Amino acid sequence: MFARSASRSVASSLRSVKTPVRFYNSAFQSSTPTSAFAGKKGANGNYTVTLVPGDGIGPEIAESVKTIFKAAKAPIEWEEVDVTPILKDGKTVIPDEAIKSIKKNTVALKGPLATPIGKGHVSLNLTLRRTFSLFANVRPCVSIQGYKTAYDNVNTVLIRENTEGEYSGIEHEIVDGVVQSIKLITREASERVARYAFHYASENGRNKVTAVHKANIMKMSDGMFLTACRDVAKEYPNIAYDEDLLDRVCLRIATDPTPFADRVMVMPNLYGDILSDLSAGLIGGLGLTPSGNIGKDASIFEAVHGSAPDIAGKGLANPTALLLSSLMMLRHMGLYELADKIEKAALSTIAEGKAITGDLGGKASTQQYTEAILAKLQ
Amino acid sequence: MLSNSLRTSVGSAMRTAAVRRVPVARSMATIADEKRLPAKFGGKYTVTLVPGDGIGKEVADSVKEIFDALKVPVQWEQYDVSGETTGGDELFQEAMESLKRNKVGLKGILYTPIDQTGHNSWNVAMRQQLDIYASVVVCKSLPGFPTRHDNVDFAIIRENTEGEYSGLEHQSFPGVVESLKVSTRAKAERIARFAFDFAIKNNRKKVTCVHKANIMKLGDGLFLNTCKRIAEQEYGHTGIKFDAMIVDNTAMQLVSKPQQFDVMVMPNLYGTICANIGSALVGGPGITPGCNFGREYALFEPGCRHVGKDIMGTNKANPTALILSATMMLRHLGLESQANLIAGATYDLVKEGKVRTADLGGKATTTDFTQALVQRLL
Repeated sequence: MFARSASRSVASSLRSVKTPVRFYNSAFQSSTPTSAFAGKKGANGNYTVTLVPGDGIGPEIAESVKTIFKAAKAPIEWEEVDVTPILKDGKTVIPDEAIKSIKKNTVALKGPLATPIGKGHVSLNLTLRRTFSLFANVRPCVSIQGYKTAYDNVNTVLIRENTEGEYSGIEHEIVDGVVQSIKLITREASERVARYAFHYASENGRNKVTAVHKANIMKMSDGMFLTACRDVAKEYPNIAYDEDLLDRVCLRIATDPTPFADRVMVMPNLYGDILSDLSAGLIGGLGLTPSGNIGKDASIFEAVHGSAPDIAGKGLANPTALLLSSLMMLRHMGLYELADKIEKAALSTIAEGKAITGDLGGKASTQQYTEAILAKLQ
Repeated sequence: MLSNSLRTSVGSAMRTAAVRRVPVARSMATIADEKRLPAKFGGKYTVTLVPGDGIGKEVADSVKEIFDALKVPVQWEQYDVSGETTGGDELFQEAMESLKRNKVGLKGILYTPIDQTGHNSWNVAMRQQLDIYASVVVCKSLPGFPTRHDNVDFAIIRENTEGEYSGLEHQSFPGVVESLKVSTRAKAERIARFAFDFAIKNNRKKVTCVHKANIMKLGDGLFLNTCKRIAEQEYGHTGIKFDAMIVDNTAMQLVSKPQQFDVMVMPNLYGTICANIGSALVGGPGITPGCNFGREYALFEPGCRHVGKDIMGTNKANPTALILSATMMLRHLGLESQANLIAGATYDLVKEGKVRTADLGGKATTTDFTQALVQRLL
């Protein structure tokens, strides 16, 4: 079906026949509400989830999450894999086992990875993104009670197109000193991420989707992103839809993020990258923000902070970001009650402030913090 | 020389410049060619005024009233260009002719339609045609108006004529759009030099290059490497520090630790993002002035570049941003004493807090604010 409509669109555009332009038949391709979780319980009544502990502090915080899940009697069985890149035909790739495991389980939880520095290395995150067509990056930011920043009541959700845009990687130097970088926007990818944004909004009790754009300047590219969003909006009559300029959103969110609590924001790659980190800054940095990458073949939930080699192995790391990501994962799998229960225990532990880690101004170790959460789960 | 007047425009207005320099008459051009400088006829400077759309007329009226009351030797050549009407093209060209004649202008923001059939941004066209390549926005905490962040004081130097705003886009296949971001070494060099000259003249200590060279390795890589080279080779002896920060991290740092920034230099799109975040930190678009400089022309406009359609015609707009932009213009023309009078009175009025517009939490109208300012000046 897909191929047919694509070939038609070639034919018709070549002939320049005045038929309505046919786009990719993206409804078929992205098939959202897609990417909804379709895993099955194993023989023992548990779901199997791939766990990538990662580098640096990764193993410690992953251990903490495992302990908490066990205490909460989560129906999850972990399948631990290592994604340390190996050389295969002269290219750095992720080991086959890891890929197989994630493909089979369709859900993975991932700690921070250290990208090897030096030329020729494609970042592992990018490799994972490509391998599993992780097209949407979901970044919720919620103020953590007990950790005071300049902004209270932050509650934003941002969905970022993750495969193209400014990050297409298509660049060339035309003559010495003149470079062209291509921002690639396709109807297909725009529609796919827009559909996921509406799907997410309806699943998570948010009744509005705002598309963030710069279509006054980039009329065609961002314009097409908007067209795709508008078309998808028609499929969701119960969700309000509006559009806002990137500059205005930056201004408003940095002035007062409260009005953004009722909606999901959806946007192309670069804007999403910047705005998601901006939102993280509002609540105190990457150590407290979860993230989910939704894909066609699998979804990977991860902590977006670094691997913090300076405190690795010392038992001081804060596992909150990975824990919150694992809760996003549970919700993705439809295990809402369980997620709520763990979230309550974790957030109230931070709010009390008795057993919090050094980065939040406390003195507790990773283990003490974990135990405090366990105590609340009982 | 160029930024001498800028230094005072920011410094003395904030009442922090203890030593007032001897005013250097008409000092804005980078080359000492009298023909290129704005000329005085009949004891008055002629200045092109384009009030713009949205709140433009209201705040421009405020500036005109203040200039009249103080008998500032400026004659306006006003062009009511509007981006909302379709037939405004001719008037826009006239305004451009006038700007080229007068070499200095004050403008509000022109509306740009989002749909593809609409005209391209005239704001961008002005900057490109006049080659006013450097945009300067200073974000500094207002005395007497506390916000979420204290002691904010940084300047954003933004490349104004290329990058994502090239306007080069095409649909290479139905549903696939390419948007070109053009980066050139020559333009990176001159904006880097501008930033360092600005830092020297304004007694600032550090220049931070904001980029995304980890992803756009060629385009932003060129910008970053050029800034680095200029810093080392041409400004190494000045003692001004140079560092670089990735744009998403910059956004996060701006809302969490804005005090770390001093002078920031960046390509076009990142400029609009950072300027809007920066403005949000200190009180919003109503109080953030800005200006654009080239070799021949200087154009002064509010720093956040918002049309303000939502409060248009309600007499609620805060004219401070345009008034302060106008005082920067007076310094550019060598009219130091009037500039200091007006800027000083404006800051005093805001500090006193009795007459404040809605954006600063007051109830005063645009006209109330203007009247109060005029009374203070007389």
